[in-house]
Amino acid sequence: MKSRQRIQRLLIAAVSVLAVLTMARTKMARAKPAGGSISGRVTYTGTPAKMKVIDMSKEPACAKQHPQSITTETVVTDASNSLENVVVYISAGAPDEPAPTKSAVFDQKGCQYLPHVLAFQVNQPLEIVNSDPVAHNIHPRPMLNREWNKSQPAGSPPDVEKYDKAEFFPVKCNIHPWMSGHFAVLKNSHYSISNQDGAFSIPNLPPGKYTVTAWQEAYGNQTMDVTITAGESKTVDFVFKATPYVY
Amino acid sequence: MGKLFGVVLAMIALLSAYPIVTHMYAQPMDISTHGHAIDEQLSDTMSEGGVSFLGAQLLLAFFVWKFSNRKPGSKVTQMPGGANLMVAAAFILVGTEVLALGVLGQKAWANVYFTPAKPNAMQIQAQAGQFAFYFRYPGADGKFGALHPDKIDEGNGNFFGLDPANDVDARDDIVTAELDIPVNQEIQLLMHSKDLSHSFYVRELRIQQDFVPGLDLAIHFTATQTGKYEILCTQLCGLGHYNMKAYLNVLSQDDFDKWLKEKAAEQ
Repeated sequence: MKSRQRIQRLLIAAVSVLAVLTMARTKMARAKPAGGSISGRVTYTGTPAKMKVIDMSKEPACAKQHPQSITTETVVTDASNSLENVVVYISAGAPDEPAPTKSAVFDQKGCQYLPHVLAFQVNQPLEIVNSDPVAHNIHPRPMLNREWNKSQPAGSPPDVEKYDKAEFFPVKCNIHPWMSGHFAVLKNSHYSISNQDGAFSIPNLPPGKYTVTAWQEAYGNQTMDVTITAGESKTVDFVFKATPYVY
Repeated sequence: MGKLFGVVLAMIALLSAYPIVTHMYAQPMDISTHGHAIDEQLSDTMSEGGVSFLGAQLLLAFFVWKFSNRKPGSKVTQMPGGANLMVAAAFILVGTEVLALGVLGQKAWANVYFTPAKPNAMQIQAQAGQFAFYFRYPGADGKFGALHPDKIDEGNGNFFGLDPANDVDARDDIVTAELDIPVNQEIQLLMHSKDLSHSFYVRELRIQQDFVPGLDLAIHFTATQTGKYEILCTQLCGLGHYNMKAYLNVLSQDDFDKWLKEKAAEQ
């Protein structure tokens, strides 16, 4: 009698555990997003323009931060014809999203803008930092957003700004003419900037029909229409035609 | 008390003239073929000004001495001729001095500005723009390519607005941020401004010339000693004026050739 009771109890326990586990698994399966993604590589064909060596001799405090010579960054390429700094984003098919509270950071270091291309959302806080021992005067040059410039002497606190319209525009420094960067102000969080291998990845995409646009500062835009089903990962590659001069 | 004041005046005048007369003021080294003429002009100006200064101050000291501590009841004496004489005297004295400076100094000026560059002068173009100087060498073809202001793209290193895609002359032009020149070689600097007024000043060269927007100006000079010198913008041009400078490197002919070749390879 005693052993049968024990077996019964064990069976109840086992079934309960199994039930809980099954419920948990189903619950997890329901909570997981339909995580589709679009990823791929950006490359070029032809011969890209030769990048110019940057001479910072008028600002010795910055020149000495670069013992190796550095070049302009309009077209940054690497092995296998990769193109870096290309902004790949969903230009249609995804709803506008409210701005995140986390700041996008744009640094002035060694008299260069880091990163060279910064993507962030409409109304997202943009933190402009001066990490140099010299003054800078950052001057972004939009056409749709309000144009302004801001001086930051050495040791200034970061300057926080925001843009309320989606736009791609260049950034220059009024004091150091060779400094050049770009802002990509976007409407949603589905964007990625190609890395040194030209690779980009846009995850967390619900199923739908999307237009993906790739933007390179000298070569312009390329678009591709992509349909994603639930949880599908699609590969999309972009190829830009290089030109011998970028001006 | 009044007499003491007179003595003090005289002493101040003499003590302040002393360092000028004995040339105690330091001057930057002179590396220019016309530097000596400019320095002499400065010396002459100091002398002429100094003579007038000492004359006036010592005369003042004398009058203070003579007419101080008046006895009560003594009358105030007038200078014979009154104010008119004073004005005439000042006019003649100051006018003569200024004219003399101009006449005696015009040789130094003419040397720099009214003498054309020698036919074998090396032509280098200089562009001033907020807030940097950039220089252009004509390259192997000896010709400067055309300038297209609409093509200026500083983020891409095209400071002058060259169009090498279409202008063959522009393809070998060498654009640099430093002005390197060979020693003892006359340089003709072709100057223009990208935006507004700036000025090219190298104190060791005893040269200063404004960039006037809209004008193509030229100056010429010869550096006589190798070394690294500062080119400063000496015309207030905006918030970055304090930072606007470039370096002049005077090199031996061999070093200059090597440097130019390096820069040509970077273009």
